[in-house]
Amino acid sequence: MTASAVPAIVRAADGVPLKTKLRSVERARQMRAVLLVLPLFVFITVSFVAPILVTLRNAVYDPKFSQVMPLTTAAIKDWKGDALPDEAIFAALAADLRQTQKDKTTAFVGKRLNYEISGIRSKVIATGREIGKLQSDPDRQAILAMDPVWGEISTWAAIRNASATVTSFYVAAALDLRWTPDGNLINTPPEMSIYRDVLVRTMGISLAVTVVTLLLGFPLAYLLAMLPPRTGNVLMILVLIPFWTSLLVRTTAWFVLLQDNGMVNDALQALHIVDHPLRLIFSRTGTIVAMTHIQLPFTLLPIYSVMKTISPSYVRAARSLGAGPFYAFWRVYFPQTMPGVAAGCLLTFILCLGYYITPALVGGPADQMVSNLVEVAINRENNWGKASALATILLVATLILYFVYNRLVGIEKLKLG
Amino acid sequence: MALPLHASAAERVWYYALRLIAALVLFYLIVPILIITPLSFNSEPYFSYPMPGLSLRWYEDFFFNERWQAALHNSVIVAVSTTCVATTLGTVAALGLSRPNFPARGLVMSFLIAPMIVPLIISAVGMYFFYTDIGLANTLSGMVLAHTALATPFVVITVTATLTGFDHTLTRAAQSLGANLVTTFFRVQMPLILPGIISGGLFAFVTSFDEVVVALFISSAETRTLPKQMFSGIREMISPTITAAATLLVLFSTVLLTTIELLRRRNERMRGIRAS
Repeated sequence: MTASAVPAIVRAADGVPLKTKLRSVERARQMRAVLLVLPLFVFITVSFVAPILVTLRNAVYDPKFSQVMPLTTAAIKDWKGDALPDEAIFAALAADLRQTQKDKTTAFVGKRLNYEISGIRSKVIATGREIGKLQSDPDRQAILAMDPVWGEISTWAAIRNASATVTSFYVAAALDLRWTPDGNLINTPPEMSIYRDVLVRTMGISLAVTVVTLLLGFPLAYLLAMLPPRTGNVLMILVLIPFWTSLLVRTTAWFVLLQDNGMVNDALQALHIVDHPLRLIFSRTGTIVAMTHIQLPFTLLPIYSVMKTISPSYVRAARSLGAGPFYAFWRVYFPQTMPGVAAGCLLTFILCLGYYITPALVGGPADQMVSNLVEVAINRENNWGKASALATILLVATLILYFVYNRLVGIEKLKLG
Repeated sequence: MALPLHASAAERVWYYALRLIAALVLFYLIVPILIITPLSFNSEPYFSYPMPGLSLRWYEDFFFNERWQAALHNSVIVAVSTTCVATTLGTVAALGLSRPNFPARGLVMSFLIAPMIVPLIISAVGMYFFYTDIGLANTLSGMVLAHTALATPFVVITVTATLTGFDHTLTRAAQSLGANLVTTFFRVQMPLILPGIISGGLFAFVTSFDEVVVALFISSAETRTLPKQMFSGIREMISPTITAAATLLVLFSTVLLTTIELLRRRNERMRGIRAS
């Protein structure tokens, strides 16, 4: 056996093995690519991800009560919850409420406790006012005399819950759940449960819109894909113009059309389909009609692009083997459109979950979706914890579906018309 | 897809039924948009036909009313700034992403596209909290920051799509001839991907110009944009000026997006590829 004349390692001119050199060049290239993406990555992190993280934090972190009521928060930590608190805790409450009278934050304390026990707000404010009038802090007996609510264990349990800075209260409440004083998770009483209804309604409306867009979009996509390209492309413009028109403008159009004396009702009456104007605006029907109009192109376009790639030879082969036209369509053509159907429907469903504008303008009070509750919690109730908890639930649902979409379709395939 | 002569009765029914369904669906899609336009010329403040007379009073209101003009002014400032920032950041990132061997491309891409997928209300609430903390709420800079985050995914997607099938030997050739990276980009790559960059920029512009949910949360009365003005207009007191504004917006976005489509076709034709 003779030793090979070829050197074991190929080296570059400067003596570094070629393999190492190649690897370092590759790494430098990769670094450069990463550096190009870095600015946008940082930008998105600051302008978009940070806000989302703040929302997630606000859903479980609420220090305001403990800041306004510091003495009570400290004193109630050791309270067992099996009997009324002792003198020390009552004294802390009195001192804190006296301070809130000076800072004008008693209303906040009442509001926060009201999330746990409805109707307690006015009692807290009244007690606060009485304590503020007194020369010195009242003792336990005096506070108990001010309002019987202070003699109930549930009140103190609510104070203990509210004083926790890290709390699952908001997320639980957004799912119509609450903690009992002894630490069990129970359903909120039916007359106070609204959130599960809204979550189910959001899913229901999204599902209905998805199904209707599929039923309307599939035949149209099929025809567009079958027609000669010239005719197909011209008709496609009629799909793309609405797709390109802003959501707000289209919602405005439906708002105008669906009025009691609007054009849809005029047309229905002129055709003698109905005698009286139908209630279309601020109704579920109106909401679904408008949302379907907006989402239809999102469902249709992925189906259309898949249909374009299906070779007509398959159906022809099926026909020549004796399949009837409908059998050939159903067993040979339709299964091949499934990737497009899945992509379009999933996209529409994901987008529907987050609808805000259309239900807000065209829907009635019973058609409001999760997004609308979030808006009300922020702008009208000023309840950041609730808004964040609802947003978190919506976010989790969306991200799960986004993950499925990414697995099934691939995010890179997302097209913009 | 002409009907063959030997078609059975059922096939004939299906043939015409399909066309009828498709025609109805197309009618449903296009009519709401077409019908709002004539109403903006109505001389009376009603939303029904027949119109008693024609007038340009709602357009006059749109162009001379201070509320609408201030909103339009803000919208233009925000949308133009957003377009500049988003196009720059998005294009640079797309260049990096489309390099071969980019590590974890799928993951990074999903991250960068996320603002497009996450429901607007969630972004809006988060931005309301965070931008209030850092003092950017109710400012035009805050609006630009927010809209840029929402608009860059469109730039990234369009430019990345234009870069697929980009012949990287061209850049290598330029570099072997002594051009540095910046020169290579501006003299070789950019002219080739310019249609993609412009469409991305137009998408960014439209995204910002149409965006209402985030604007509702983080803009004040002074910094309100055109869509926000329209939204509150519909909620408070519907005036036909809204139909005039809507008509102008339809016209505007149709022009912009026709440009995008033409650019896309030109790009495909020039490079002789058929992007699927």
